[in-house]
Amino acid sequence: MNDYQEKSNYIKKLYEQQSNLDQTIAHQMMSSEKLAFATSQWRMMWRKFIRNRTAVIGGIVILLFYLVALFADFIVPYTLQQRMTQYSFLPPQRIHFFYEGKFQPFVYGIKGSRDPNTLMRVYVTDPEKRIPIRFFIRGEPYKLMGLFPANIHLFGVEEGIVSLMGTDGQGRDMFSRVIIGSQISLTIGLVGVALSLVIGAFLGVYSGYFGGWIDNLIQRIIEIIRSFPPIPLWMALTAALPSHWSPLKVYFAITVILSLIGWTWLARQLRGKVLALREEDFVMAARLSGASNWWIITKHLIPATFSHIIVISTLSMPSMILAESALSFLGLGLRPPLTSWGVLLQQAQNIQVLLLYPWLLMPGFFVAISILAFNFLGDGLRDAADPYTV
Amino acid sequence: MKINNSKDQNNNIILEVKNLTKYFPIYRGFLRRVVGNVQAVDNVSFSVKGGETLGIVGESGSGKTTLGRVILRAYEPTSGDVFFRKNGEMINVFSLEGSELKKLRRDMQIIFQDPYSSLNPRKTVMEIISEPLLIHGVSRGEELKSRVGELLEMVGLNVQHMNRYPNAFSGGQRQRIGIARALALQPKLIVCDEPVSALDVSVQAQVINLLEDLQNELGLTYLFISHDLSVVEHISNRIAVMYLGSIMEMAPAHQLYQLPKHPYTEALLSAVPTIDPHTRRIRIILPGEIPNPSAPPPGCKFHTRCRYVQERCKKEVPAWEEISPEHWVLCHFSKNLHLQGIESIKV
Repeated sequence: MNDYQEKSNYIKKLYEQQSNLDQTIAHQMMSSEKLAFATSQWRMMWRKFIRNRTAVIGGIVILLFYLVALFADFIVPYTLQQRMTQYSFLPPQRIHFFYEGKFQPFVYGIKGSRDPNTLMRVYVTDPEKRIPIRFFIRGEPYKLMGLFPANIHLFGVEEGIVSLMGTDGQGRDMFSRVIIGSQISLTIGLVGVALSLVIGAFLGVYSGYFGGWIDNLIQRIIEIIRSFPPIPLWMALTAALPSHWSPLKVYFAITVILSLIGWTWLARQLRGKVLALREEDFVMAARLSGASNWWIITKHLIPATFSHIIVISTLSMPSMILAESALSFLGLGLRPPLTSWGVLLQQAQNIQVLLLYPWLLMPGFFVAISILAFNFLGDGLRDAADPYTV
Repeated sequence: MKINNSKDQNNNIILEVKNLTKYFPIYRGFLRRVVGNVQAVDNVSFSVKGGETLGIVGESGSGKTTLGRVILRAYEPTSGDVFFRKNGEMINVFSLEGSELKKLRRDMQIIFQDPYSSLNPRKTVMEIISEPLLIHGVSRGEELKSRVGELLEMVGLNVQHMNRYPNAFSGGQRQRIGIARALALQPKLIVCDEPVSALDVSVQAQVINLLEDLQNELGLTYLFISHDLSVVEHISNRIAVMYLGSIMEMAPAHQLYQLPKHPYTEALLSAVPTIDPHTRRIRIILPGEIPNPSAPPPGCKFHTRCRYVQERCKKEVPAWEEISPEHWVLCHFSKNLHLQGIESIKV
């Protein structure tokens, strides 16, 4: 009997312990659930996004690119037009970071001469001459972000040359030119996408929401625009630009041209989304509460398509950057003295460059990296915005 | 079953529907020519008294949802009129435009069938319920917040849940949020468009009870659309049976269930499941399918499936008649037929 009681007490105790444990677990679950209850779509999107490693890396790369573009003039050692004719077609230099075990970056001096047989310029490093790389060095004056006059550069040398990516035929530092060129290449996409976003979002939502002949008209216009092959269309439009326009005017004209063609994709996608959304009962509920079309579009439809808009605009950045590069490469887009990656690539148009001066193709590498990064970021955002993936 | 004695018996009609018709055109081909019409609602007339519940039953595709939505002017009618009592006088709903219509919308609201589609997943409960109040500029700031809290309590939800998103709630709770939104503007008439069809049976009862309590408290009038005869029987004072866009029969709930006067009603009642396993009903199986609503049969629309069909039914459209007080039927032979009600069919 005693034995039995002991046993039952023991079991009772175990049971109580278990139920206490259950309660704490339940409590913990409740509190974590409470968090989930109050999470908005945006926070859930963000959580999904940061778990996608390639997308995060893409995002970081893009962030870096834009930061560099913002402070380009400060980061580069030379200005856009600074020529060092004695160093034309100089291959990329090797940077040495340590000297006698201490961190002290330097480059070796360069001696240039001509090959008597081929008449090509050849450069030999002079190991005797060590040129230290100085940080925050005074150099050519420039205007930071086009506003603040300054003459401090992130790094540079006091004599000789420091050239991370070699120089072009006129002895201009490729590194400086690529970095400064990124300003135009990256912003032309940004401005272009922003413009086509406004046109596309408005026309797409309008088309989907109202339907009928408005929808028909907008869709037919989109089809007409899309049925033109893009390059001849760009050519025709850029050919129409007056030749006496300043480079800056041309730059804006090109963004407008690109976005006038680029909005169709976004408009199509948003129309489809809105077609589905307008049938939702919450839109009907708003309408039956007396909401105007403007209220429904701005409070329900556009916010519901926000994630879409972000994804689409990220994914259409590459095509904008590519379009600018292609146009400039063909000599139809920007022209020197404006410098973009496309303009830089235009100089690398012949086989001679490919064989003898491959470093002039560096801008192409930057185009590829930025486009990959944008695509990764866009894909990640799309997955994060999709409520059906975990 | 609710027997109408507590409710207002006098003639305070709040909603009057006269010969209401709604056709949806069918477009075909490149030029989008109209090749036909889906006759969703065809020449429907009835009236609703203040404070009562009119149940509307019918199969899928019988036009009951369209009827509710045309009354609310979610769709424009093809023809007919709807009058709504406002400040003592009957005004034609279809003659209103712009701000007049917006004002009227305060008095007529809707509760939807699907508690998932009816709440915007990107908005908090607070934003969802306060939307009608903001649209009409009724209240704002702290006042708005306390009003939303009041509404939440009214429908049996916790005020602390105000900042949650709809995804945090179950189907029944979401339906309560939908009800709170419908109540926000203090309407007089609420069209309940199958408000419990998407819910579990246990939750259905809770929501039905809530709707009844609210009706008693606030003096609401319901147009209760459903395909579930037992739900409709429970909540309605009067019931209208729809088939292929027309109301076939309309009578006080008890009368309709006990003494149906239309063959279609009889067939519907025979399909109501019984709880008692020892009793069975004689099932009246209707032959064939529900006809295409874009090409309804001539004469009486029900003649293709009627057990008592006569030659006359195939040619002549029956008249919408009041055969006894409050009992309306659309049938040539309603006075001659002896139809079985819901209780008597038990074996």
